[in-house]
Amino acid sequence: MADRHDEARPDESTHSEIKPGTRFTRRGFLKGAGAGAVTAAVAPAILVSEAGTAAAQETEGVMSATISLDVNGSTHNALVEARTTLADALRDRLEITGPKVVCDKGECGACTVELDGKLVFSCMTLAMDAQGRKIETVEGMADGDSLHPLQEAFVEKDALMCGFCTPGFLMSSKSLLDANDNPTPEEVREGLSGNICRCGTYPHVFEAVMSAAEKMRKGG
Amino acid sequence: MHAFDYATPESVADAVVMLSDHGKNACVLAGGTDLIVQLRENRRRTDLVVDVKKIAELNALSYDAATGLTIGAAVPCYRIYGDAEIAAAYPGLMDAARLVGGTGIQGRASLGGNLCNASPAGDTIPPMIVLSGEAEIAGPNGTRKVAVEDFCTAPGRTVLEDGEFLVSLHFPAPLANSGAFYRRFIPRNEMDIAVVGVGASVVLSGDRSSFVSARIAVGAVAPTPLFVREAGEALAGQPVSDETIRRAADLARDAARPISDMRGTAEYRKHLTSVLTRRVVEGAVQRAKE
Ligand SMILES: Cc1cc2nc3c(=O)[nH]c(=O)nc-3n(C[C@H](O)[C@H](O)[C@H](O)COP(=O)(O)OP(=O)(O)OC[C@H]3O[C@@H](n4cnc5c(N)ncnc54)[C@H](O)[C@@H]3O)c2cc1C
Ligand code: FES
Ligand code: FES
Repeated sequence: MADRHDEARPDESTHSEIKPGTRFTRRGFLKGAGAGAVTAAVAPAILVSEAGTAAAQETEGVMSATISLDVNGSTHNALVEARTTLADALRDRLEITGPKVVCDKGECGACTVELDGKLVFSCMTLAMDAQGRKIETVEGMADGDSLHPLQEAFVEKDALMCGFCTPGFLMSSKSLLDANDNPTPEEVREGLSGNICRCGTYPHVFEAVMSAAEKMRKGG
Repeated sequence: MHAFDYATPESVADAVVMLSDHGKNACVLAGGTDLIVQLRENRRRTDLVVDVKKIAELNALSYDAATGLTIGAAVPCYRIYGDAEIAAAYPGLMDAARLVGGTGIQGRASLGGNLCNASPAGDTIPPMIVLSGEAEIAGPNGTRKVAVEDFCTAPGRTVLEDGEFLVSLHFPAPLANSGAFYRRFIPRNEMDIAVVGVGASVVLSGDRSSFVSARIAVGAVAPTPLFVREAGEALAGQPVSDETIRRAADLARDAARPISDMRGTAEYRKHLTSVLTRRVVEGAVQRAKE
C-alpha cells in the first residue's frame, strides 16, 4: 500500500515548462501565467455557462473551474481543480461532511453517495465528472426532523459504535432497499459488501436493515 | 494527486485529437475505479484526463439476437447485468460483471476500463475472451478491430498506441446449445482480487452428448489473461465426460505460468487452475443444456 503522506503533498507540476516545439496549449498558457492567478481571473468568467455547468469540453480541458453541483436537490457552486474528488468538493468546499474520507481509494465505502440514483464512491469520482448529475448524500435522507426508517433502525438496533462508517452504510442500505424492498439476509450482506466497519458492528447493521425493510414494506 | 487538466469530448473524433495531441501525457477516464487510485498513489502521472463518458458510442448498449451484443467501452457493469435480455443471453459475462467490486464499484466500473487496465486478474477479461469478444479501437488512422485475447500485452499494457482508445466491445450472438461460465477463486466472499479466474464457453451437439467447440481462458496465472486455445480444442468433437473435461483442465493448468505472491504460491495456483477449469467447463455445459 502506498504511503499516504505522499498523496497529501502539494503538487509540483506547476514547475513544468512549455517545451520548445510543443503546441501552445491552453494548459501551457495557464501554467505560464501561474495556475493560482488564472484560476481566479479566468475560471468563473469563461467556465460557467448559462446552464451553470463548466464548459470543460474545450479541446484542451481545464485545470480548475467553478462548477455547479446538484446536492440533495439544491444547487451549489464550487471552485475546484480537475483533480478534486467529489468527496473533497463536498466536504471541503461545500461543507457537506456526511460522506467521510477514510481510505480515499474505493475500499471502505465511507464516502458512498448516490450519483443519478446509483451508488458510487465519491473519493473515486472527480467533482467535475459529477456536474449535471443528481448527487444524494446522507444529509438528504431525513425529512426535516423526521428520520428515514433506516436511520431510525440504526439507532434502535445500535448499529454503530464510533459512527464513522455509518453515513456510507446508510447510503448503501438505502440504495439496496430502493432496488429490493424485501431482501434476504444474504442479499443485505452482498449489497453492503463495499462498506467496511472498523468497529465491527456488522450484525447490528444487518439487523437494522432487515428491520427497516420490514417497517417500510408496512408503509412505516 | 498531482494536477491535471480535465476534458469531456463529445465525439470520438474530438477524443482522438486530444489523445493524439498529448500522446503519453494524456489518459482516458471511464469509471475511474482503477485510474483515480493510480493517479492518487502517484503510480501514474498525466497532464490531461480525457473523460470519454459523454461520447455516445462509449455509452451504447445494444443486443440483437442475430448480430450480437455491442457494449460501449464506458458502460458501467450495473447497466449490463441490469438489462434482462442481455443478462439472459450472456450469463457467462454476467458472472464477471456482477462480481467486480461491490455495488459502489459496479455503479461506475466498465468492461472497457477492466480490459484497458490490463490487470492479469481482471475478472471480465477471461469471459470476454471465451465469448469471442472483439475490441473496436479508434485512433488517428481511423478504427481497427482487435480480438480481446490479443488486447493485453503485459501487466498494465495493451495494444493501444498513442492517440488510440477503446470505443466498444462486440460479441457474436450466442449459438444454439451453447453456454458460458466464469468463476474466480478468492479467499473471501466479496471484494478481493482473483487468485485464479477461469472462463469457458462451449457449444454442444444437438443431442448434447459431445462438444462441437470450446474456448477456455484463465486469469491471474500469467502476465496477461491467457487464452488457452489448446484446452478448448482438446474438447472439440469429444464426448461430454469427466475424462475429456479433466484433460482440458490439465491443459489449462499446463499453460498457466503463475507467480507466487501473498495470495498464493505458483504451485497452488496451478492446482487451482485445473480444479476451477473442470468446474467452469461443467458449469458451461450445464448452461448449454438449459
Ligand atoms: C474496491 C475495488 C474493488 C475492485 N474489485 C474488482 C474485481 O473484483 N475484479 C476486477 O477485475 N476489478 C476490480 N476492481 C478494479 C476496477 O474496478 C475494474 O478494473 C474496473 O472494471 C475498471 O473500470 P473503470 O471504468 O473504472 O476504468 P477506469 O479506472 O476509468 O480506467 C481503467 C484504465 O483503463 C483506461 N481506459 C478506460 N477506458 C478506456 C478506453 N475506452 N480506452 C482506452 N483506455 C481506457 C484508463 O486510462 C485506465 O488506465 C476493483 C477496484 C476497486 C477500487
Ligand atoms: S473513502 Fe472512499 S471508499 Fe474509502
Ligand atoms: S461504527 Fe466505527 S467504523 Fe463502523
